[in-house]
Order: sequence, then structure tokens, then C-alpha cells
Amino acid sequence: MKMKPIAKVYTALLMLFLFAPIAILIVFSFNSAKSLSVFSGFSLHWYQELLRDSETLDAVRNTLVLAVSASVISTLMGTAAAVGIYRLRSRYLRAALDTVTNIPMINPDIITGISLMLMFVFVGRFFGAATSLNFGTMLISHITFCLPYVILQVLPKLQQMDHALPEAAMDLGCTPLKAFFKVEVPEIMPGIVTGLIMAFTLSLDDFVISYFTSGNGFQTLPIRIYNMTKKTVTPKMYALATLIFFVILAMLLITNLMDANTATDVQDAKRRRNTGTQ
Amino acid sequence: MKKKLLALLAAAAMLLSLAVLTGCGSSNETLTLNVYNWGEYISDGSEGSLDTVKAFEEYYQKEFGKKVRVNYTTYASNEDMYAKLSSGAVSYDVIIPSDYMIARMRDENMLLPLNFDNIPNYQYINESFRNLYYDPDNQYTVPYTYGIVGVIYNAAAVDEADVGDWDLMWNSKYAGQILQFNNSRDAFGTAMYKLDLDVNTTDHAVWDQALAELQTQKPLVQSYVMDEIYNMMESGEAAVGAYYAGDYFTMLDAEADGVDLCFYYPERTNYYVDAMCIPNCCQQKDLAECFINFMLSAEPAIANAEYTYYASPNSLVYEDAGYQEDLGEETMAILYPGIENFSELYNTYAYQNLDNETLSYITTLWETLKIG
Repeated sequence: MKMKPIAKVYTALLMLFLFAPIAILIVFSFNSAKSLSVFSGFSLHWYQELLRDSETLDAVRNTLVLAVSASVISTLMGTAAAVGIYRLRSRYLRAALDTVTNIPMINPDIITGISLMLMFVFVGRFFGAATSLNFGTMLISHITFCLPYVILQVLPKLQQMDHALPEAAMDLGCTPLKAFFKVEVPEIMPGIVTGLIMAFTLSLDDFVISYFTSGNGFQTLPIRIYNMTKKTVTPKMYALATLIFFVILAMLLITNLMDANTATDVQDAKRRRNTGTQ
Repeated sequence: MKKKLLALLAAAAMLLSLAVLTGCGSSNETLTLNVYNWGEYISDGSEGSLDTVKAFEEYYQKEFGKKVRVNYTTYASNEDMYAKLSSGAVSYDVIIPSDYMIARMRDENMLLPLNFDNIPNYQYINESFRNLYYDPDNQYTVPYTYGIVGVIYNAAAVDEADVGDWDLMWNSKYAGQILQFNNSRDAFGTAMYKLDLDVNTTDHAVWDQALAELQTQKPLVQSYVMDEIYNMMESGEAAVGAYYAGDYFTMLDAEADGVDLCFYYPERTNYYVDAMCIPNCCQQKDLAECFINFMLSAEPAIANAEYTYYASPNSLVYEDAGYQEDLGEETMAILYPGIENFSELYNTYAYQNLDNETLSYITTLWETLKIG
């Protein structure tokens, strides 16, 4: 398909607005001086500085630990919840549960953050703890706001699935559990993987909720960068952002390639089934 | 393959929860010290400097034979810190707020009196930094840094003849190149120092007078900024702005070609002191005092002063030949201009905590200025 000139210009402008900030950031992460306005020469100085900054590296580690655990736990819980909601007989109950799980997603972050903090403080005081905010509370908060996104990804896959498939499996001698893992899980796997990735990225860049629920000694990267504003944000952070950008880019490319492969696999299988050459 | 993936996920989740559990279990053997400080406000090992937190952990191990882990976290403003502490959800052992916030926290009984027997290095703090208004009996605080607001200008764009006092920030020759503080207290401060008014007055008429002065300045102002000032001054985008002396050197480090940043103190200006305190949620008071004492000893104190570029009230720092040499004569002269009568100037010109009624009146005026 050929693009009209106006469409070309539009696309180019769109790309420019989307990627110019990142491009500038990447260019200045290689600047040998501290300035954001003048590029004085190529150097890896800020990358070396980054590796020496233990506070930032701690924050990166904290962020990753939190994002991995929150996304894995919320994916497991969210998948289980989606299966549960899918199996509900009552349509009204199903709609009600659907709405309830969507509330944390629609709620502004700041309200979620403050209410979670209040609850943790309340419970902490109730049990007489000196500090009620720690890694655990942050993990609970992150799971809370990731859960609805996982459910939202998995539930439609369950609905798209052929109802007869698990029944057929059980007819052929599978136990319900075996039918679930052998038939249903592979069917909804794309939803689970998307949910996992979404939960991971959401947890990775959350600032507002983390800000309210972080306690002593556990600081994530977004909070650390925000707190740098007493002085300026140092170019070390450009270096870090560049690295994160390329890691995410690589992850995206890999998942997209995998997706493309499975998509053609599925198409092949369907074609074979239709033509009856199976 | 997909089953394997799921099994892998489940295994990872279990491992992680195990790690979290064991992480909680082992904390009994090592002491934990929670330090809450401004971001970028301690020497952290970058550019070959001293990693203060690690140095303290090593020092404590050597001196007392016990392991200590410093949980070092940061905040972006006094108000952020205050909100976190007063929520009652956290416990910190050492905090480093600014003067007016110390006064407020002291009034609200949020600070614990220090045991100075544990802080022998307090003797090195210059006399001028004792008995200041926020802690008149020296019970709660140990000063960490202090600073003075001055005017920064780009000598390549500003005529040397126009330089002097606050008038430069009201000079119509530089319309569109002037930066003003984007926070009410500091912005009103510049106008009040210019007119020789009392910055701690509760008289509404005086604040109105300051507002009128800011309104005459408004057409000349390029924008109201806080930390954006760094990039705007460094790049030459703006030519005049007021900020702290220590921050001027940070800008000087990064100034672009063709920009020649200079600095001077107006006759009347703002002074601030940030001091180390122990909040009442502290769990390890002796350890906290040990940390404060360590921060006052020569090596970390000098490293911190060189890292932050703020002036230090510690004689081990400003009398140190190596430190003076590292900074150079010019920098020393700007950072330490007449340390002798500091307490007098400070108690006259520094911002003090105002009552709520006056504060909300200032907020109203500030909105009038920004919107009107």
C-alpha cells in the first residue's frame, strides 16, 4: 500500500514527537560535560559514574525486585481470579465482580496511594508496630493496582476459548485439573503473558502509589530521581534511562517476534485443520 | 514449553517470597539505622568522592565491632519529609531538615533532645551557628550546612554597571531574561529585601507592599522557576536569577560556551541552615547520635562540603588547608563571606515559621500575582 504525501508528513511528525525526547536523552547521556545544552564531546563518563553510584544501583535493584515479584504474584492471582469469574453461573454476580475489579484501575493513583497508606498505618497502629510501611506494603500496593490489568487480559481469552475444548478433554479421560493445565492454560497463555508484561511495566514506572506507600530504606528508582531535584538531575540518570530504554526495546522486539511466530503457527494449524490434511 | 514457562513463574514467585521472609529474619543480628536526607545532599562515592554511608558502616564495625546497615533514603522538600514523618507510618533515626521546618517540628514535639556526650565533635561547630532562633538552647540540632541567597548573572549579557543589590532583578533593560523564584516565600523575600521590609512580619499591609513590587517586576520576568534555573542559566537562556551560593558553583561547572556566570550578595538577603536532628520516631538514639558525630568528623564533613558545594559551619572543614585549596580562593570568598557576625544577620533576615493565618494570606497574594 502506498502512502499519500500528507499521510507521510503526518506519520513523520508523529514519530518526531514520540521519539525526539528519547533521542535527545540518549545523545546527552554520551555528553562528556554536565550541560544539557551543549554537546562537548562523546564519552562514556556518565555510564562509569552510574556504575559507581551505589544509591542509584540499589534503587534499580529495589525497583526490579518489586516489579518482578509484583508482576508474577499478580499474574498468578489475576489468572486464578479470571478463571473464577469466568466460571460463575450468575450473570449478575459476574458483572458485579467485573466492576469491582475495575475500580482500582479507574481510581486515580493518588487516591489509591493515600488510601493504601492510611490502611497500612491503621493496621500497623492496631498491632502496635513502630513502622507500618516497608517492602511488604509496597508489594501489596503494587499487586493491588496490577491485578485488574491481568484480569482484563485473561478474561477475554477465556471467553474466546471454545467451551467444548475442556469438556472434550475431560470426556477423553482428563481430570478437571489436568484439563485446566493441558487445555485451558495453553489457550489463554497469550493473555497471561500480556498481563504479566503489563503488570511488570506498570509496577516498574509507578511513582504516585509507591511514593505514598514506601517506607524506611526501600526506595524505588522513580522516587530516587524525583528526590534529586534539590540539585539537578545528573546526566547519570540519562545514562540509566538510555540503558532502560534499550532493555525494554529488546524485550519488546523479542515478544513481538515470538508473537509473530505463534500467530503463524496458529494460522498454519487452522489451515491444516480446515483442509483436512491433519 | 508453555507448561515449563508456567512452572518457572511459579518457582520464581516461591523463591522471591522465601527471599523476602529470610530477609526479615536476619535483621536481628545487624543494627539498622534509618537516615532520611535531601536528595543529592551527601557525598555518595561519585566522581571518586567518599561514599559516606559505606564509610560509616565500616567505621562502626571497626570501632564497636558490630555490624550496622544504613538505610539511606531521600526526600525532595521539607514538606515531603514532614508529611511522611507525621503520617506515623515510618520510623527514621536521623533527618536533616531546614531551619523553619525544625522550628515547626520542635513546636509540635516531633524532635528528641540530643545527648551531646555522644556527639563530642560538636565542639568544632562555629559559635555563630549555636543558639539560632530555631533551637535557642541548642538542644535538638547539629548544623550540617548553611547558605546565603545571592544574585547570579551572565556577565556576557549583563552590563557590569547595572550590577548591584536587588535592583538588577527589576532592571527593565533585561526584560524577558530575568528568573524569579517559583515559591511564594522566596519570591516575596526578594521584593522585601529590596524594599528593606521585615520578611517575618505578620502585618498584611507590608505583604501587600511586597506584592506591588513583584507586580511591577512581573512583565520583566521570563519565568518563575525552581530547579529549572540550572539549565536556563547554564545555557544562557536567562541572564539574571537569584539562588543559593552553593548552587551557583554547580551551574558554573556546567556553563555553556559564551556564558560567563557571576555572583554577588545583595546587602540584605536570605540565610538558611540545614541541621541534623533526631525525630521522636527514632528507634536507635545512641546509634543516631554516633552517626551525627561521624558526620562531623573531618573526612566525611569535608567530603560532604565538597560534594554539595554548600558552606559548612564545621571548623574542621573551613579551616582545612586541603579543602581551601580544592575550592580555590574565589570560591572560598563567596561561600564564606564574613562568618563572624552570622548569627546576628541570620536572626534578622532568615525566614522564620509564620502563623497559619499569615501563610494563607501570602498564598492568596501569590495566586493574585501568578494569575493576575
